[in-house]
Amino acid sequence: MDTVSFNRQSWMRLLALSSWSDLKECAGYLALVTCEIIRPPETGLVMLRGRIGGTGSAFNMGEATVTRCAVRSAKSHEGHAYIMGRNHEHAKIAAICDAVMQDDNCSARIESLVLLPLQKILVERRKVAAQKAAATKVDFFTLVRGEND
Amino acid sequence: MYVAVKGGEKAIDAAHRLLSEGRRGDPSVPEITTEQISEQLALAVDRVMNEGSLYDRGLASLAVKQARGDLTEAIFLVRAARTTLARFGYTEPANTSAMLIRRRVSAAFKDIPGGQILGPTFDYTHRLLDAGFDRTSPSLVPETPSSEIPKVLAMLGQEGLIEQPQASGTAPGDVTQEPASFPMPRDQRLQTLARGDEGFLLSLAYSTQRGFGRTHPFAGEIRLGEVEIEFTPVELGFPVVIGEVTLTECEMINQFIGSADVPPQFTRGYGLGFGHCERKVMSMALVDRSLRADELGEERVAPAQDEEFVISHCDNVQATGFVEHLKLPHYVDFQSELILLRKLRAEANVMQEAAE
Repeated sequence: MDTVSFNRQSWMRLLALSSWSDLKECAGYLALVTCEIIRPPETGLVMLRGRIGGTGSAFNMGEATVTRCAVRSAKSHEGHAYIMGRNHEHAKIAAICDAVMQDDNCSARIESLVLLPLQKILVERRKVAAQKAAATKVDFFTLVRGEND
Repeated sequence: MYVAVKGGEKAIDAAHRLLSEGRRGDPSVPEITTEQISEQLALAVDRVMNEGSLYDRGLASLAVKQARGDLTEAIFLVRAARTTLARFGYTEPANTSAMLIRRRVSAAFKDIPGGQILGPTFDYTHRLLDAGFDRTSPSLVPETPSSEIPKVLAMLGQEGLIEQPQASGTAPGDVTQEPASFPMPRDQRLQTLARGDEGFLLSLAYSTQRGFGRTHPFAGEIRLGEVEIEFTPVELGFPVVIGEVTLTECEMINQFIGSADVPPQFTRGYGLGFGHCERKVMSMALVDRSLRADELGEERVAPAQDEEFVISHCDNVQATGFVEHLKLPHYVDFQSELILLRKLRAEANVMQEAAE
């Protein structure tokens, strides 16, 4: 049995942060995995919170759509997904992936076929955005004024 | 006498068909898609998400299209859509210190760790109309990003020069669940301002700068970027990241105060919004600060310091509902006014004739 470097929170995070097109590309075939649907994909709302002054008391800033789904795998692992947006397929694939990742016989394979490629795409996407922002960083230079010397 | 009036169904139906025709415009011009609106009219979509108080680019884009670009109408559509969905719960507070920065500027300090990152800004453009604005410009030369981009106001805080936000452990109030009452705690005020009309808040913010309630502001830090959102589902019992949102944050540094117990220090105003919305969050921060008048022992003399006035009138869905309802039939109300007026005039005539 191979060990995996992801824990449950970190793979759920990655499945939520990946775009639907990337998830479909890397994990679309998981839709074929036999799973019992405990809760079919359902879209609702969460209230997002911020903090006063960035670090103070919490306040409610506005809602966002979120879609949740829960499945049970053949080996009785419960898979859950809460994904911002309204994409039912995304939530279902993420829930199935969550279930099969809890199966020690499958997790290493899913990690290398699904999670590591998604991780690479996410890191690259963020790197490109950060590099573009850095290109707009101001380089100050000081004009030396003559002091009648 | 009350006369029930029915009818107009046919006219209403025809009016809505005419609306559809107008919405589509000249059929020889290609129809716009919601994806195009989301990508190319992104700031209109951001405004609808903010004031519609719902983070969903797809729904906001659809609303902009359906409302023919009337953003107040689009905001109304989004608010209505929101009411059809169940609430799963409240997220963990967004950590803006961990934002993936696309823009970050400070007008208070030139040299800040991480630097002044201008990002995608209209600032410093010449504001000259140019039909060729979309011609492809040479692509950006990527640079190495700074490893750390700390909060500017935290640096002032380390020296004790500015008030530090205190985190209370209590759950914040939610103005979508409880009716407003005054005085209103700051968390609920901020929630109301976050969904408030940008134009109204901008004008109030401007009024404070012109002397109607002084706040003496400096833009301590404005940042734009993506923040991961965590939510704790009951069935899991631990927080999971459910996605990322684009946020704009404004931290204003304001007029200092002091007392016998506390040495003088700067005060702060805070603004936070969905998407890229600098004008909105700057206005929000200025109005947030001016509404703290009572808390900071300042005399309330200006509209922007009047909590009930600001909070009760900043919602454009409420405002447009009440103003625009005037165009709906008021035939019976008006008849009663008319009858009263005729009666008064007849009485006045009788009195005049009697006097003569």
